[in-house]
Amino acid sequence: MLDMTPANSVERTALKINPAKTCQPVGAMYAALGVHGCLPHSHGSQGCCAYHRSHLTRHFKEPIMASTSSFTEGSSVFGGMANLQQAISTIFEMYDPEIIAVHTTCLSETIGDDIPTIIGKCQNEGKIPEGKVIVHANTPSYVGFHVTGYSNMVKGFVKYLAASTGRRSDAINLIPGWVEPSDMAELKRYIAAFNLPAIMLPDTSSVLDAPATGEHSFYPKGGTTVAQIRAMGDARHTLALGAWASEEAAIQLTKQCEVPHEVLDLPIGLAATDRFISAIAKLTGTAVPQLLEDERGRLVDVISDMHQYLGGKKVAIWGDPDQVIALTEFCRDMDMKPVHVMTGGNGQAFEERIKAILADSVPTANIKQQGDLFQMHQWIKQEKVDLMIGTTYGKFISRAEDIPLVRFGWPILDRVGHSYFPSVGYTGGLRLATQIISAIQERQDRDAPDHAFELVM
Amino acid sequence: MPDTIPSAETVRDELIKAYPSKVGKKRAKHILVNDPAAPPEIEANVRTIPGIITQRGCCYAGCKGVVLGPIKDIVHIVHGPVGCSFYAWMSRRNQAATGDGVQNYINYAFTTDMQDEDIVFGGEKKLAQAVREAYQTFKPKAIDIFSTCPVGLIGDDVHAVARQMKEELGINVFGFSCEGYKGVSQSAGHHIANNGLFKNVVGEQDKVIDHPFTINILGEYNIGGDAFEIERILEKCGIKLVSTFSGNVKYDDIATSHNAKLNVVMCHRSINYMAEMMEKKFGIPWFKVNFIGADATAKSLRKIAQYFGDQALIAKVEAVIAEELDAIKAIRAEVSCRLAGKKAMLFVGGSRAHHYQDLFSDIGMETVTAGYEFAHRDDYESRRVIPSIKVDADSRNIEEIHVDPDPARYAPRKTAEEKAAMEKAGFAWSDYDGMMAQMKKGTLVIDDISHLEMEKLIAIYKPDIFCSGIKDKYVVEKMGVPCKQLHSYDYGGPYAGFKGAANFYREIDRMISKRIWKMIVPPWKKTAAPAV
Repeated sequence: MLDMTPANSVERTALKINPAKTCQPVGAMYAALGVHGCLPHSHGSQGCCAYHRSHLTRHFKEPIMASTSSFTEGSSVFGGMANLQQAISTIFEMYDPEIIAVHTTCLSETIGDDIPTIIGKCQNEGKIPEGKVIVHANTPSYVGFHVTGYSNMVKGFVKYLAASTGRRSDAINLIPGWVEPSDMAELKRYIAAFNLPAIMLPDTSSVLDAPATGEHSFYPKGGTTVAQIRAMGDARHTLALGAWASEEAAIQLTKQCEVPHEVLDLPIGLAATDRFISAIAKLTGTAVPQLLEDERGRLVDVISDMHQYLGGKKVAIWGDPDQVIALTEFCRDMDMKPVHVMTGGNGQAFEERIKAILADSVPTANIKQQGDLFQMHQWIKQEKVDLMIGTTYGKFISRAEDIPLVRFGWPILDRVGHSYFPSVGYTGGLRLATQIISAIQERQDRDAPDHAFELVM
Repeated sequence: MPDTIPSAETVRDELIKAYPSKVGKKRAKHILVNDPAAPPEIEANVRTIPGIITQRGCCYAGCKGVVLGPIKDIVHIVHGPVGCSFYAWMSRRNQAATGDGVQNYINYAFTTDMQDEDIVFGGEKKLAQAVREAYQTFKPKAIDIFSTCPVGLIGDDVHAVARQMKEELGINVFGFSCEGYKGVSQSAGHHIANNGLFKNVVGEQDKVIDHPFTINILGEYNIGGDAFEIERILEKCGIKLVSTFSGNVKYDDIATSHNAKLNVVMCHRSINYMAEMMEKKFGIPWFKVNFIGADATAKSLRKIAQYFGDQALIAKVEAVIAEELDAIKAIRAEVSCRLAGKKAMLFVGGSRAHHYQDLFSDIGMETVTAGYEFAHRDDYESRRVIPSIKVDADSRNIEEIHVDPDPARYAPRKTAEEKAAMEKAGFAWSDYDGMMAQMKKGTLVIDDISHLEMEKLIAIYKPDIFCSGIKDKYVVEKMGVPCKQLHSYDYGGPYAGFKGAANFYREIDRMISKRIWKMIVPPWKKTAAPAV
């Protein structure tokens, strides 16, 4: 497995090998699926839409409905306006969405298609039925990475729809970051525990975890409604979880509707969840509900009880910046040693943040933004770890180096559970901690000689 | 299946009626009621109407994803933003055997990860450097380069870079202009891939292969290990496989493939160009085979034996067929007894929607409607219609290579007289009769099916199984109908050959008889069942 990978790294400036990221449009598609009655539309070649739908389907094992402008060579020469206009008519007549969320691709961006002009033209020509909406986001594939596309699409919804009526509501806005439907449901449960009215954008719960009923619901019941997105402009505060995925939309709300915002880490792990809960408590001015304190206590209890399997264990972590930052802190707090920490995404802030988190525990850690899994593999060859935490793509390194892998992040293509059981919050932390502990215990069992094969662990 | 199914004509009208009239008029040409004796003319290989939710992908997917990607020891560099490389990374399940010191890059993805400055200032330098870095790190036999959408638009000349790097590094480096927007589907990419492989690799290494029965299999990509099973059977028969295009192969296999005595074609859509070009240049005849389905496999093996005309080989092939069919007789009978008469629908690819009808017919299942995602008219109506296919603007730009006989190496494996005599005796050359000739009268044939049509068909026919791909899989299953992915095999397989057929019988039996289908409706919502 991966036999061609040498241990010694050679400086590469042009070739990416085994990327740990993909391009913007898939993030825009995921975000748009979290809006009720929304059809994501990919303005580009058919392949983009096909690839993004396929990969999201592989991760969620759910239908992913999205349409495409089906560019041909002709549209690439003359521009994609005719294709998008035709697409808009076709979509409203055939699929009757409440809202179409157009995102661009490297193709339409390179040509320079002006989406607002095309939407305006459709509006003028009566191609947009009464009460229906089209929004867009520019998501050139050659800028940023998949989380940038998510961020741009969420910002796009805000930009087109959020408006202040001049009356502040009691509600807050919550931008949840690129997390699972299960996580989105869990975040709502936390907010509800404080009796705090909130609008969460996007919300893929009850969309990408749809029940089997014998029928396919083209627009499942979940998702943030257009009316809710409009009302975000009146909220009293915005909590944005994860700077990479959520900050832009929060800033936009501040600019556009003067809603103050604060950016927090994704509430993954103990400390980050503590900060999230504290922020909510500060907003409500009420005490933290006992049930959340109990959940917290359980997480602390398990980490303490099982510390012998965690303390000092070397771990390699990769994935999207928001996830990796929270996860690295969580591992550090369990006294694990994150020795290789990488994101495929971009941002110097990632390296600075990880450095700060590991300053006193693993000052020599390998830390890299815009890395790839080939690099990660070479790091692991150079310094072996006890555990890897990352996406499904790590399974090849895991097999090559015989190191256990806890699957975390996007995408997970070869296991189920992530979309149903949260990893945010204390209970999510408990799930993550038990996955980590189990992986280490399984390995100890597998490698133990008969005389040391323990009954009780 | 419901007791009464409306006629195919009624269903057709209903599908067309669901569209706005302009769209419906276009779709009407793609939705036909079949007559195997006189296949009606179907519209195929034309643009999908923008906004329609289609199964189709792009040209790049057909070139890199389908045809070139399975070659294990070439470093495949995708020149473009990261996504195109990322999504075509192992997602097609082309298996490749390792060992014997073979370089294997199947588990790797290589990309230039173009950034905005590359789009603005051009990406040729970065591409050249990427090729250099790949060579320095891996020292591969060959490197190929795939163009994605922006590459063509900004005018990067990947072929010039390839030539320059070939000279600099001394290994074969070649490029493909397979930008996603070319053509109307993956199909354009197949053609571009065929052209590039033919020009740059086929014929590179002359070699005397000391064996009386040498063949290439064209259009077999080793999804789920299909090629392994075919290799096993051929070896057992004493037939020597020189190269597969392109499942489980090495660069050298393809470079020596022109030394074989026969080409057989599995996936007609993706590789028929290669068969034609190799015949013209080297004199290798070809015919269509199908190793999907036990009976189809037997038939294909017999035809290969008949081609060589060697009595010992013919006898050996008969013995292998008898032994292999016998080994799967019990499971076939057992599954047939449960599934005979059940109804299947197949909407996938450019060959599989036809090939898999043979597997279903092995166990007595019937295909009620079928269609391809990206095929051409000949794949439906037979190669006889090729001269009458109109070449539209989208296909005109895909290069047709003019091929002349190789002055030194053209050697017809059968003389014109031999071919004519065999043809007279019923042996078909360069043949493909297409899907329609095999499907029953009154079945529906639908090209480039849309999501809307799929949902309607399922609601009307309530098939016992629907065969499609990942994008449709969970839509269909949400409707309570099992959906077998025929691109990825649902991560199972092999389904080719005899052992593969047995796998498929068991798999379809499992899927259709799943207990959970009966438990979708909670008990409190079920009306009381009549007392038995």
